[in-house]
Amino acid sequence: MSAVKISGLRKSFGPKTVLDGVDLEIRRGEFFALLGPSGTGKTTLLRILAGLELPDAGTVLAPPRRTTVYQEPRLVQARRTLPNVTIGLPRGSRAKGAQALAEVGLEGYGAAWPATLSGGEAQRVALARALVREPELLLLDEPFAALDALTRLQMQELVAELCARHRPAVVLVTHDVDEAVRLADRVAVLRDGRFAVEQPIELPHPRDRDDPDFIAHRRLFLSTLGVS
Amino acid sequence: MSTLAQSPALPAEAAGTLETPRHLGVRRRPAALSLTVRLSVPLLLLLAWWYGSASGALSPDVLAGPGAVLGALGELIATGQLGEYLAASAVRAGLGVAVGAGLGLLLGVLSGLSALGEELIDPTMQMKRAVPFLALVPLFISWFGVQETFKVVLIAVAAAGPMYAYVYLGVRGVDRKVVEAARGFGLRGARLAFGVIIPSALPNILMALRICLSISLTGLIAAEQIGATEGIGYLVTLAQQYYRSDYMVLCIAIYAVLGLAIDLAIRGVERLAMPWRAHLAAR
Repeated sequence: MSAVKISGLRKSFGPKTVLDGVDLEIRRGEFFALLGPSGTGKTTLLRILAGLELPDAGTVLAPPRRTTVYQEPRLVQARRTLPNVTIGLPRGSRAKGAQALAEVGLEGYGAAWPATLSGGEAQRVALARALVREPELLLLDEPFAALDALTRLQMQELVAELCARHRPAVVLVTHDVDEAVRLADRVAVLRDGRFAVEQPIELPHPRDRDDPDFIAHRRLFLSTLGVS
Repeated sequence: MSTLAQSPALPAEAAGTLETPRHLGVRRRPAALSLTVRLSVPLLLLLAWWYGSASGALSPDVLAGPGAVLGALGELIATGQLGEYLAASAVRAGLGVAVGAGLGLLLGVLSGLSALGEELIDPTMQMKRAVPFLALVPLFISWFGVQETFKVVLIAVAAAGPMYAYVYLGVRGVDRKVVEAARGFGLRGARLAFGVIIPSALPNILMALRICLSISLTGLIAAEQIGATEGIGYLVTLAQQYYRSDYMVLCIAIYAVLGLAIDLAIRGVERLAMPWRAHLAAR
């Protein structure tokens, strides 16, 4: 069973072709991570899945329930945390929203204003907002990039835990090789509009970054990215 | 951390149904289509006016027809009065807006930038804003007479209020972090204002200029009712005195065209002054 089916996807911006015939199939519940240097079209691929960009060519199929966590929290500053989580949901979703907040470790924060939250907290609210909709496809666009190193590790753990529990299909766009290897069932590196490497990660969770297999994966991806 | 009850991993009802993501982004509209849509409502109004007059549904006593108004326009052009009137009004409005908007800009920046400035300036400006500038006409006449000074001062006072309010908002809206960084690089006073604050607040400032120019048209009608022998405000007075329906409508048309000209001019300035947001004209 697939959650995402992409074939022959092309997208150019002006003279620059960022996606040049990409084929991708993601199983239900699979965690897929996409690595690549800046400006290679990782985020474009994700935005096409979210419906924020139109492909130039190719077919894109995704489940109807898709949610996105962006690099920034993108909360409505003028509304409190709980209404931010339940935004766009039918009335009577307060309990669900509060539950989702509790799940990301922010129990009792429902009445807080977004401006009073720390960066990590705000990003967890964004995660709760994405999860409360019970997505079949969760799109993560460098969701930890703006966080400090310690918070980032905690957030990775939280995402791993929540994804293991809810089992959405996930597309994670990231620059962080360790993050990709730590979380994903499969990692691909996007280069010159195509996947230069596509590799399943079959290590048991939780993954130890000092494990020789982990190190081997890291080395492969880093060398594909041109860092040795 | 509390946990939710295990939620079903795969909702059965949705299993297997995939769709092409519906496009949520902004589509680019062809320029020609945009222009056509933009022009369509004014053109429809003109057409309705013309049809109403031609079919007799609109009596000339209620609203003069396009023919009569064009005739009046021709008359004004032939006597050279249109040019003179426009020039006289442009000088008054230009001077008034320059003085008033300049003052509003200065006060708005001061008030927006410093707590002391806000405390000193804002309450007075808010009170001033509550006073309709037309209420000042009698007082200004007794101070300045009915000549040019009175007219320019009246328009300046009318323009200062909205300029102040929008600049204050604009300056308040400038990213504090950028201002903090600029202060860290040693920018103070005028250099901070002209180097960082005013460029960043430019969208609001140009919005304010738009409103100031529109208000100056109102000011012209009030100012040129008294002690004027030329000007587009004077033309309104004339039309009223002689009960000339064609001139009344002509005045409205002139103001409408001026409004359009102001809009186009500000759009042009926006394009030149804010190249970093070339496609986002302030509204």
